[in-house]
Amino acid sequence: MGTEAANGGKIEEKLFQNRYQVDSGRPHVKIREHDKPSETLMKLTNICPAGCYTVDDKGRVEVVPDGCMECGTCRILTAESGELEWNYPRGGYGVLFKFG
Amino acid sequence: MKEERFDAIVVGAGPSGNAAAYTMAKSGLKVLQLERGEYPGSKNVQGAILYSDALEKIIPDFREDAPLERHVVEQRIWMMDDTSHTGMHYRSEDFNEEKPNRYTIIRAQFDKWFSRRVREAGAIVLCETTVTELIRDTKGRVIGVRTDREGGVLLADVVVLGEGVNGLVGQRAGLREELKPKNVALAVKEMHFLPQETIEQRFGLKGDEGVVIEAMGTITKGMTGTGFLYTNRESISVGIGCLVEDFANSGVTPYGLLDTFKHHPSIRPLLAGAEVKEYAAHLIPEGGFRAMPEIFGEGWVTVGDAAHLVNAVHREGSNLAMTSGRIAGETIVYLKRRREPCTAEYLKEYRKRLEDSFVLKDMRKYKDIPDLLHGSRQLLDLYPRMMSKAAQVWFRVDGKDKRAKEKEIIGSLRRQRGIAGLVGDVVRVARAWR
Repeated sequence: MGTEAANGGKIEEKLFQNRYQVDSGRPHVKIREHDKPSETLMKLTNICPAGCYTVDDKGRVEVVPDGCMECGTCRILTAESGELEWNYPRGGYGVLFKFG
Repeated sequence: MKEERFDAIVVGAGPSGNAAAYTMAKSGLKVLQLERGEYPGSKNVQGAILYSDALEKIIPDFREDAPLERHVVEQRIWMMDDTSHTGMHYRSEDFNEEKPNRYTIIRAQFDKWFSRRVREAGAIVLCETTVTELIRDTKGRVIGVRTDREGGVLLADVVVLGEGVNGLVGQRAGLREELKPKNVALAVKEMHFLPQETIEQRFGLKGDEGVVIEAMGTITKGMTGTGFLYTNRESISVGIGCLVEDFANSGVTPYGLLDTFKHHPSIRPLLAGAEVKEYAAHLIPEGGFRAMPEIFGEGWVTVGDAAHLVNAVHREGSNLAMTSGRIAGETIVYLKRRREPCTAEYLKEYRKRLEDSFVLKDMRKYKDIPDLLHGSRQLLDLYPRMMSKAAQVWFRVDGKDKRAKEKEIIGSLRRQRGIAGLVGDVVRVARAWR
């Protein structure tokens, strides 16, 4: 199995097994507006274990935190630059691990 | 509840928070515990191994009704290259004892059980409640918390922060610095379900016996990290974790790394035919003693992962979490009984007691290991590869004489690392280990 395949579109399949209570219309992670993404933002497209970060058609990084497992990796990486606004979901919302 | 005042508020219902809440409630303190998940455990992730000793000191009869999976009779440590593993296995009938030493557990189930015991001990446990900030008095002393519930101000003499590794409350209140990418690992894992008999056949187990595998080598693609595989009753937990800094620099995706690990010829047959029912990710504080924040202050103490209490060398964390929670709880009970205030001056007793326990003794012992692993990538990459190569030369019968084989092995060590490098590695490891 090549790295390409391993890095490819399998993440949706993995997240499909998980249980979430999505807080519709209230994303708990937001990206500061930008025209050109920083190196750090680009890194999030690979490192996020839920694949929440993608590059849109204008070359900007966007986040859809519906599949977020609330690990905090992106928060720590951007703590210095302040490019993310990161909060835990409201009580009861977000990922609900069945096994953990 | 707005005007109600508690002896203690515990933030988080993982092993450390539960240990603290249970200890204080059992001694008659008025305890409120806040958990942001729908149920305790719903936000928590671990391999997971339960260390009996730490829990026995809190709930001696836990074996009667705690949801335990298998007791560990065999530990395998594997050094892997792309096609092989060189293993150290330790299996002993002595681990089939009346009170086993280690168990595999499933955290969502275990944490629910622990939380039930906390409630039975008399604590009030409020789920689906996210703590948003600490409340301080005019002198800066912590006197309570604010939550995302309506009118969510709650007051207490002391706040116990068991909020986990990604602990926003204490960090935003300035009680501890932001975590550094080189001091935390990102781990991902999956739950693979198989019939009980299949697991027992594959691993040579009977009854509730279990096997744990810790793996290192080329599986982490040059990054500092380890993989693991734990047998549960009718599932296998398989996962891999590496430092966040290394992931960020390499561009390797965590799920890609996990998939490659799962497809390794030594791992694949162990998982064959399984149904995957969950994929989880979590951070692990791996910075060791030097990355620890202050763990007590005016009206607050920090326990467990939030206090960076993980022994990365021995892959221990939940026992440090439970023990720090218990000791924090005992300290607060002790102060209450003596009618002393929960100020930093008195709460430093928690730190003192933790220093006297295995928790800070072990943290101190391995304080230089994180830096060692950082500066010596060959320890986790080159050596497993060299060991595999050497084993292959040694075991393959191919008409080459044994002295020539010895020469080949030693020559390969010399070429790839050099005598000075080899000696230097031995000295560095010995020094950090001491």
